[in-house]
Amino acid sequence: MSKAILYDATICIGCKQCEVACAQQNKLPYDDAVAAESVQSAHKYTVVLTKNDKFMRRLCMHCEKPACASACPVGALHKTKEGPVVYDVWKCIGCRYCMVACAFGQPKYEWGSLNPRVRKCIMCPDRVVAGKPTACAEICPTGATKFGERDDLINEAKERLRQNPSNYLPRIYGLNEVGGTSVFIIAAANVEDYGYPPSAKIGDTPMPEYTGRVMERIPDFIPVWTLVLGGIYWVTHRRDEVAAAEAEHKTGSRQ
Amino acid sequence: MKFKLTFWRVVFIVIMVLGLYSSFIRFSRGLGAATNMTDQFPWGLWIGFDLLCGVMLAAGGFCMVGAVYLFNVERLHPVVRPAVLTAFLGYLLFIVGLMFDLGRPWFIWHQMIYMNFHSVMFEVGVCVMTYTTVLFFEFLPNVFERLNWKTPIKWIRKIYPVLIVAGILLSTLHQSSLGSLYLIMPSKLHPFWYSPALPFFFFGSAVAVGLAMTIFESTQSAKAFGRQLELPVLVTLGGGLLVALWVNLLLRVEDYVHRGLIKQVFTPSYEAYFLWLELTLTYLIPITMLSFKKVRLSPQLLYLASISTVLGFITNRLNIALIGFETYVGHHYVPKWTEFTVTLMIVALGFALFGLAVRYLPIFGSKAEQKLEQPERMRVAAGVLSHAGN
Repeated sequence: MSKAILYDATICIGCKQCEVACAQQNKLPYDDAVAAESVQSAHKYTVVLTKNDKFMRRLCMHCEKPACASACPVGALHKTKEGPVVYDVWKCIGCRYCMVACAFGQPKYEWGSLNPRVRKCIMCPDRVVAGKPTACAEICPTGATKFGERDDLINEAKERLRQNPSNYLPRIYGLNEVGGTSVFIIAAANVEDYGYPPSAKIGDTPMPEYTGRVMERIPDFIPVWTLVLGGIYWVTHRRDEVAAAEAEHKTGSRQ
Repeated sequence: MKFKLTFWRVVFIVIMVLGLYSSFIRFSRGLGAATNMTDQFPWGLWIGFDLLCGVMLAAGGFCMVGAVYLFNVERLHPVVRPAVLTAFLGYLLFIVGLMFDLGRPWFIWHQMIYMNFHSVMFEVGVCVMTYTTVLFFEFLPNVFERLNWKTPIKWIRKIYPVLIVAGILLSTLHQSSLGSLYLIMPSKLHPFWYSPALPFFFFGSAVAVGLAMTIFESTQSAKAFGRQLELPVLVTLGGGLLVALWVNLLLRVEDYVHRGLIKQVFTPSYEAYFLWLELTLTYLIPITMLSFKKVRLSPQLLYLASISTVLGFITNRLNIALIGFETYVGHHYVPKWTEFTVTLMIVALGFALFGLAVRYLPIFGSKAEQKLEQPERMRVAAGVLSHAGN
């Protein structure tokens, strides 16, 4: 059901066509200056990096259980059943908790704007719903960026690693990280060298679980704590009332 | 009435002018121009200080209400009103601070219609909104007494138990939830400050700071307004503070032992320096001081111990919000001057509003006091009344 992207760095030729297509799809400016930028930003959702003649793409991982979506107080970000994690700008209040929460540092902000939006790769949701591949996958001349069913792509990645073990490091980045993502990376180099967070550091637990463990207690906590506080209040004030009544009684009997 | 230009008034005016200029930059040219926040550092001083510390510094309200109305510590009764006032102003200014930090503050009401129950930020937002309303009602009797309106006071008295319980419930929730905000970033926040126990730390520090701030503001306003503050009040608060600090310290140590960080804590590093500063101010200085009976009986020394505590916990929260992310991000974040001046402006507004409220409302005394207009007589009356109250 759910769609995903498989990026195979070993067949990427660094032509940056994906950057161009992404900019066109999202109506972002793209010229030589933008092409030369090696960081993602509010006007550059994806970037192809080069290190030791090897290439690596960066883009939103579209987590299965996205931290950004669980963090957003107004639900402006959510995971669609087709796979993309999308953003509803009209809901956003601009708290930027999504940016702080994302382990991959993907949401970017329009710092210069007076009506700023959170910007990130949204996996071309319109195209995906229409049954088309993402703009970056469609344009990729070598098939390094491949779009398809999530399960199929996982199998394909495993198959590629099995057939050419000498070409790849034996790992599929995104398969288990933070509980699994919808973008998978296979490469000859360590993704960490290109700014991806180390697998060991982010772990396999979906990030929303860390806050969820606390949040799920709140519905129980509220009635219990209300009863405790109300009970204490009642006890202390009852004691006062009794003491006052007794004092009155004593002074009354003395007179 | 003649306006006299005193030193502090000049300071206030300078801060306000700079603050307003920075506000102009913020709202005419955007967050990028007004702050040093970046995509790598999306939360800066305004979240770290105005929000995290602001809410903590306003904790005195629920602490004193809890102590007096739940646990019947009658002695603390004289400080309930100033503490509630501080809390009310604190939360109002927190909301002002939020207006600066939010990218689209005009949509803040979306909290109430697009609710995401999984979001800690949503919970904090709702609790803060509701609690500010509760504080408003807890504060209202001051105004009614001043205006001599008897009936509304009776109404508020009737719902007082609800206000008290709701206020403490909401405070427990959002004070701890401010810590829960950071639970979602285990890979980003430095292990010195990331802990599964963050909600407990935030609640514990709120109680300690609530007590320390009450000592601080009582002494401060006693100085400023020439009022006599009763020693038993301060002694009780000081004792409570010592206990609260020990509980906080034991929680922190237990957490470090449990996560095997003790060795790292004592190894010099960029983060360790900030941690040491934090621990010294929060625990070493005030606990050592308060362990001496002489200190616990001296208003001046209690005042110093409370200042150290407050500064310590402020350092703690700034470490969590700012320093703890620097290694992950790979560069330092230093707030821009505009960020500092906006924060200063908000703090200065707090002091000014507190001063105005104390001047015009019966914050430090009961009804009888209102009739005496002259400051001389008020001073005498406050002393007499506070003794009578005992």
